[in-house]
Amino acid sequence: MKKILIAAMIAVFATGSAYAQTVRMGTEGAYPPYNFINDKGEIDGFERNVGDKLCEIAKLECVWVKNDWDSIIPNLVSGNYDTIIAGMSITEERDKVIDFTDPYFPADPSAYMALAGAGADVTKGNVAAQVNTIQSGHVAGSGATLVEFATPDETTAAVRSGEADAVFADKAFLQKIVDESKGELIFIGEEVILGKGVGLGVRESDAELKGKLNAAIAIMKKDGSLNALIAKWFDGMKGPY
Amino acid sequence: MCSDPSLLEGWQWLWCYLSTPKHQQFYASFLVVFAVLIVTAPVTMILGFAGALARRSAFLPLRCFGIVYTSMIRGVPEIIFFLFVPIALDQLVEFIRHRIKCPEITDPIYQGADFVVCMAAKMPLGSSPQWAHGLWGFTLAVIAFSIVYGAFAANTLHGALNAVPQNQLETARAFGMSERQIFRRIHLPQMWTYALPGLSNLWMILIKATPLLFLLGIEDIVYWAKELGGAKTSYFAYPHPDWRLWYFLALLVFYLSLTRVSEVVFKSLTARVSKGQSLLGQATAS
Amino acid sequence: MSCAQTFADYALRSIGFGVRALPKTDITLCEQVVLIGSGMVWNAYFAILAVIFGFLFATALAVARASDNIWLRKPSDWYVFLFRGSPLFIQFFFAYELFAQLPRAGIDIPLGFTTITLATSWLTKAWAGALIVLFLNTSAYSSEIFYGALRAVPKGEVEAARAYGMSGFSLFRRITWPTLLRLAWPSYTNEAIFLFHGTTLVFFSGFPAWQQKGDALYYANYFAEKTYNPFISYPIAALYFIIFTILIIALFGAINTRLNRHINPAECPKIKYRPQMIR
Repeated sequence: MKKILIAAMIAVFATGSAYAQTVRMGTEGAYPPYNFINDKGEIDGFERNVGDKLCEIAKLECVWVKNDWDSIIPNLVSGNYDTIIAGMSITEERDKVIDFTDPYFPADPSAYMALAGAGADVTKGNVAAQVNTIQSGHVAGSGATLVEFATPDETTAAVRSGEADAVFADKAFLQKIVDESKGELIFIGEEVILGKGVGLGVRESDAELKGKLNAAIAIMKKDGSLNALIAKWFDGMKGPY
Repeated sequence: MCSDPSLLEGWQWLWCYLSTPKHQQFYASFLVVFAVLIVTAPVTMILGFAGALARRSAFLPLRCFGIVYTSMIRGVPEIIFFLFVPIALDQLVEFIRHRIKCPEITDPIYQGADFVVCMAAKMPLGSSPQWAHGLWGFTLAVIAFSIVYGAFAANTLHGALNAVPQNQLETARAFGMSERQIFRRIHLPQMWTYALPGLSNLWMILIKATPLLFLLGIEDIVYWAKELGGAKTSYFAYPHPDWRLWYFLALLVFYLSLTRVSEVVFKSLTARVSKGQSLLGQATAS
Repeated sequence: MSCAQTFADYALRSIGFGVRALPKTDITLCEQVVLIGSGMVWNAYFAILAVIFGFLFATALAVARASDNIWLRKPSDWYVFLFRGSPLFIQFFFAYELFAQLPRAGIDIPLGFTTITLATSWLTKAWAGALIVLFLNTSAYSSEIFYGALRAVPKGEVEAARAYGMSGFSLFRRITWPTLLRLAWPSYTNEAIFLFHGTTLVFFSGFPAWQQKGDALYYANYFAEKTYNPFISYPIAALYFIIFTILIIALFGAINTRLNRHINPAECPKIKYRPQMIR
């Protein structure tokens, strides 16, 4: 699972302290608006902004690392990077393996997206979801036929091509795709709220880092900068913090 | 010109799109393919020679090792090695470093689903710069490639060494050459004629194996083709629908030209090596 | 859970029978052996069908390449170049994207009096799409082998047959083809083995696994990622492949003996590893 994407783009934060600890931030880079690779080839998105800000507050020197989603937890555990900041919902199952910080994003609805004209029964048909996500777990338990893909991009492509009847993913991720599909794609079925919000994943043994990040998240919640970032990246959505 | 992509149209848009820094990373990743080929080929040859000589060794354990090494690729798909060797090697190195650097920690290294070694044993260290991580991953990939294709090369070289006519070697012996001299002056130079077809084939195999780097997590051309080709919404400066088909078409053309050029080069090389050889028709190893 | 129970649950998991959920925690050795073995069904399926159909097409291609007709020769040359000159891995990716572009509702073919709708949706499924790629790929490699063998068929045999009044198809079927096969068989065995190994790429290259129904390596990879221990699942998969490869060699060896049954056993070409003839 040494699948850290090599030659990943780097962002170094000068903190002034010569003893600053280097924290390697692992993200997927394929899930806009949470995280994606922009046209400059850099990691961008809501989580890039949040992560950089957290590092600034906690006085940590942060380096960004790209990693495939399916191996993102094993690679954290094995120490190839120190945090996961990749739109990862806090769930019981994951909590057994890694630790989470306090959420920096509330539990957001997940939604089904299908081609326009599809009947409501598509949510029971072939449903695409990204592998190892809470959404894929939900689909597997919903009685629908789960089609798993390695990247978010492939799940939506499968719906466009008709390979899958619908895709089930975070609504925030699907929103822009629906908006810009010129009516080709629609939301369908009921929205479901899954998970306990989005937090940074850290190793269970790394209580110190978790403490620092939690403190920084608390500061960002207090001064409103987290809400401002949520509004910036999620179409003016009102943050709850 | 490319400052505001939303105002661009047609060819201008395409030109700006294809020259974004992200695309430049894509173009640069083609160099990764060449880098792997350039580094792997010589290492493969060295391992190949070692394997071939091990197989001819008079020392039984070494000969057994040579036979096992050269036959292992016969039965197992190379992709299993590619998935296995880098992780195994990585864990092995970290395990050894853990034992040396943190002997005081006696906790088991495999804890449930975790592979836990102390921070000082990490390879490379967590605090190392990004290029060190990149280099380490690249090194592991090259080692995996070399081990697998070294076994191919060992087979070819072993066959070629056997193909050199015995009477040539006997003539050399009659001239009073020592075994060592015979090997260096006669056996080895003569072998190339017989090895070249196999080696050229191996080179082609190596070229065609380079996209498997993607499975090792290297940001190679396949990674970028997938990343760039995927549908892009307006979060990106250049939104576009799913274009992966075209990106993969480009990769297909790239590989076809690469193998084509190699074919032509090897043809002329074969002609040169077999000059003055008393062979019927083309040189063929058995 | 006993191993017999695991076997009942997962032995046919790769084709959709048995327990839906894959083991997630406390993975036992038995579960790994059974599931990875279950995945071999896919590798065998791809390899057997691709080799059978590929064999027929490759023979036709080899004949076309040896033909005097430029309209037969050139396209077959280009076809072989296309599939031998590019990596199978890229071919899979490209084919998947290509099949995904086809209209989902099917393609209408007007025939004048009626219209048939050609369904296309099954092409993006691994069982069909990947099989097509493997079939086209092995056809190209095999035809290269057959073409080489075709040119090596002794002229005397053909001339003798002509003298007997044979010509055309009967000459090919009764004289050229058997000799061609006999000459090509050792190399063709290697090609079959390589194709079999190539089947492991299917689920790593764009074709999605439906309901986690995948091949041996798909499950081996699954376990390696779940346990973070590559030292168990990959060797298990490797062992399966070694066993299957030995079976292939035995089967092809038996055919080889039959093809050469009229030849003096001392001169019979043995199937052996031919590094310069592999893909």
